[in-house]
Amino acid sequence: MIGFLARRLVNYVILCLVATFLAYLLASLTFDPVAILMQRNPPPPEAAIAAKRLALHFDQPIPLRFVHWLGGVVHGDFGRTVTDHNVGDELLPRMGVSLRLFLVGVTVGVILGVILGVVSAIRQYKISDYAATVFSFVILSTPVFVIGPLLKTGALQVNDWLGTEYLKFTGEQTPGFDGSWLASLGDRLRYLIVPTLTIALQQIAYYSRYQRSAMLDVLGSDFLRTASAKGLTRRRVLFKHGLRTALIPMATLFAFGFGLLIVGGTFTEHIFGWYGMGDWLIVGVNTQDANVVATVTLFVAVLVLISGWLSDVLYAALDPRVRV
Amino acid sequence: MTVTIDSDGSGEHANTPGGSASVSPVDAGAPGDLRTSRAKLVVRRFARNRNALIGLVVIVLLYAAAFLSPLFAPWSYTELDYDNFLVSPSGSHWFGTSKVGEDMFALVMRGLQKSLTIGLLVGLISTSLSAIVGATAGYFGGWVDRAMMWLVDLLLVLPSFLILAILSPAFKGKTWLIFVLLLGLFSWMITARIVRGMTFTLREREYVKAARFMGQAPWRIIVKHIVPNMASLLIIDATVNVGAAVIAETGLSYFGFGVQPPDVSLGTLIASGTESAQTFPWLFLFPSMFLVVFVLAVNVVGDGLRDAIDPNSAGGRRKDRRKARKEYQDAKDKARANAPALAGKEAS
Repeated sequence: MIGFLARRLVNYVILCLVATFLAYLLASLTFDPVAILMQRNPPPPEAAIAAKRLALHFDQPIPLRFVHWLGGVVHGDFGRTVTDHNVGDELLPRMGVSLRLFLVGVTVGVILGVILGVVSAIRQYKISDYAATVFSFVILSTPVFVIGPLLKTGALQVNDWLGTEYLKFTGEQTPGFDGSWLASLGDRLRYLIVPTLTIALQQIAYYSRYQRSAMLDVLGSDFLRTASAKGLTRRRVLFKHGLRTALIPMATLFAFGFGLLIVGGTFTEHIFGWYGMGDWLIVGVNTQDANVVATVTLFVAVLVLISGWLSDVLYAALDPRVRV
Repeated sequence: MTVTIDSDGSGEHANTPGGSASVSPVDAGAPGDLRTSRAKLVVRRFARNRNALIGLVVIVLLYAAAFLSPLFAPWSYTELDYDNFLVSPSGSHWFGTSKVGEDMFALVMRGLQKSLTIGLLVGLISTSLSAIVGATAGYFGGWVDRAMMWLVDLLLVLPSFLILAILSPAFKGKTWLIFVLLLGLFSWMITARIVRGMTFTLREREYVKAARFMGQAPWRIIVKHIVPNMASLLIIDATVNVGAAVIAETGLSYFGFGVQPPDVSLGTLIASGTESAQTFPWLFLFPSMFLVVFVLAVNVVGDGLRDAIDPNSAGGRRKDRRKARKEYQDAKDKARANAPALAGKEAS
């Protein structure tokens, strides 16, 4: 099994590097930050443009630039932005913002999604099952940039109803908030609820559909009938024998769900004014900055790598047939 | 992709892996269909599904509205009403007006037109691509297959949203058809995986072998014998891909990476309406509503099609459910036992 996981890991690492290179290549080919500079009024002097070109290493071929950049990344240097700031300085805070959003969102989403799926499968064709089906169909057909503003409106209603501005949805904490760490945590939590819900709803809908059909598969299987025939309690049959098997296909879906999460996260950050990695991608494209775009791609690729590898580990843990 | 998790096909969002793979590649020649043709059977089964029918009607109505409404609407999308800025929906402005006096109804219809056209084109392009790529990889196997699967893996690590965002400066100011082409070029991966899995089974069938022994060229076998036998899967996936394409298009246009002004799409309309979603809700709600209703209808129709085409699904023979599930389970266990490595590969 260790061999299997190690092979997968190597494969993922290569994928990450190629993906980052591809993003860097495409960005370098399509972006033209110097053109933006030249549009300035009054136009900058010739010497300034030449200096900019040199600073951006435009004299070198793209693969060489990439190797140069990657060499820096290994030492923690992510290059400089078009406006000559250090990319690395912005990286950590932005990563923190995104990870907080993603981790909470995905945890809530996976857990609630699995529960919802299992409940609908056990109570198949009951009202709760139909309600869950309608819910996931509607949510999966609604893009994040529609859900987000709608939840904002909903949060305003809740605030009206509560009489105080309890739910916040612009930024991630009150500017200049001063208090103990506990109060600060509470403050952050109030900002976290609505954006997390935006992300989690999609994840819940996505996972619950698959969990439902995976669970239905298992419910109709012989080994479950055997388990109940030998007198196990229903709870034990469903959870120990049923759910464990039904979770196996979910493990493989986990990596796919992550793509959904990252794109959804970009919209969520944009809508709620969180300065995370998704927001940075938009900024990077708008300022035509290859280094920023490559850094964001690397971040995304590493996240997909971790989730993909985690789902391999989960798969191996759940399915004894892989452990050979 | 021989391992699927879709047993009853009764509600999967097929735009995700494994969703539609349970459709049997072996449609023709089932001993059950005596005189009724298969097409008739599918149509009849589809018509029995009320939700899917409603979805189909909604889709037709939306297309009709998008393309015919300029004929009867009081305002055109280029006209500005200087007397009415930001008025709420009324008799003369059905969906209200924007802050420069554009008629929202005309704008939404114009945006719907563009989004639906792009969705249809991208759905067709990406499904055709996935049929060709998936069937080629599955038919030849070996390094062709490995190369394709690796490419699919790569594109999963590098989401197409990211690629298109990066490429967007290249088609800024150019025709939206380039955008359509690129969107189609980067959204075939998931269907291709499913097609590849089905080709593995089809490749071993007698008629394909016969064609091979008769000396037919591989591409001819793929085009004439393999792809047509996956028609049902491809129809379902094309349907669902249209919905996914519309979501992708509006998402990119939302950030200004897709459809560029002066063109409008539902995405650009939603983006400009978002800031005032709480104060002037009609700017945001109407384009959003049309987007969600369209995608929902497409997904429901895709689901209905799956039920109608898949002989084992819930919409088909209710009485045989248990038997069908058991058969399915057996087939799946066999596939799993044969290919644990393949199952692991799916995770990538």
